[in-house]
Amino acid sequence: MKILLNNREEIFEEDPLNVARMIELKKFSFRMRIIKINGALIPKDKYETSMIRDGDNVQMLYLMSGG
Amino acid sequence: MRFSEIESRLRSFRAGIAGAGGLGSNCAVSLARSGVGTLVIADFDKIEPANLNRQYYFADQAGMYKTDALKANIQRINRAVNVIVHTLKLDERNIPEIFAGCDIIVEAFDSSDMKQMLIETIQMRMPGIPVVTGSGLAGYGKNEAIRSRKIDDTLYVCGDESTTADDDHPPMAPRVSIVANMQANLVIEILLMKKQAGQS
Repeated sequence: MKILLNNREEIFEEDPLNVARMIELKKFSFRMRIIKINGALIPKDKYETSMIRDGDNVQMLYLMSGG
Repeated sequence: MRFSEIESRLRSFRAGIAGAGGLGSNCAVSLARSGVGTLVIADFDKIEPANLNRQYYFADQAGMYKTDALKANIQRINRAVNVIVHTLKLDERNIPEIFAGCDIIVEAFDSSDMKQMLIETIQMRMPGIPVVTGSGLAGYGKNEAIRSRKIDDTLYVCGDESTTADDDHPPMAPRVSIVANMQANLVIEILLMKKQAGQS
């Protein structure tokens, strides 16, 4: 399937896949992040149950310590 | 638009600032100088001498609550700003009450866990209220890496989105103030695009 990840096209073999699996496949390392699918926030306790499907627009933002 | 008009339009708005450390204190001061009418500032911490390398406080304020000191400093700059302070630790439960009525909220925490908690809480419990977060500001140099990015109408990020503060990458005044002022700059831009409060 083809999705938009931070405004770039990404192809995944699996369809659908959950947010936790996408993070694993992309080897995203930082622990603290914000994820939105088609504009809807996915809270961290829903990463296993929230599915990403073909055509979805996924936004990810890393939260780095410091302020 | 002349400054007098900008100032008079900003007077009708209320901005929330979550955290009064490096990001929050510097951002609040810029918003106050620009004339944002009401600032709601929340923080539980007291000023330590080590904070003075980047936070908008003075050596003789060490030991004071940051909320009280920031309110005093803002009032010395612009008496027209209504500063509402809450000296407490923000959490999932109190965030919607503390920031009720705010037109926009600045995420100005230090720890990434708190940043995530605040953004998730606002996005879930205060739909439609824009959050401007700061992510990636530790160390010095690398001006060109610092940027501002719109995720969507309710979420914006300022910072390099890659450096984490640690012992070898301490947060320092220049980069922290740059990001804090990018947040303030974005807040003003977003507010001035909104209809004035109270107008239909």
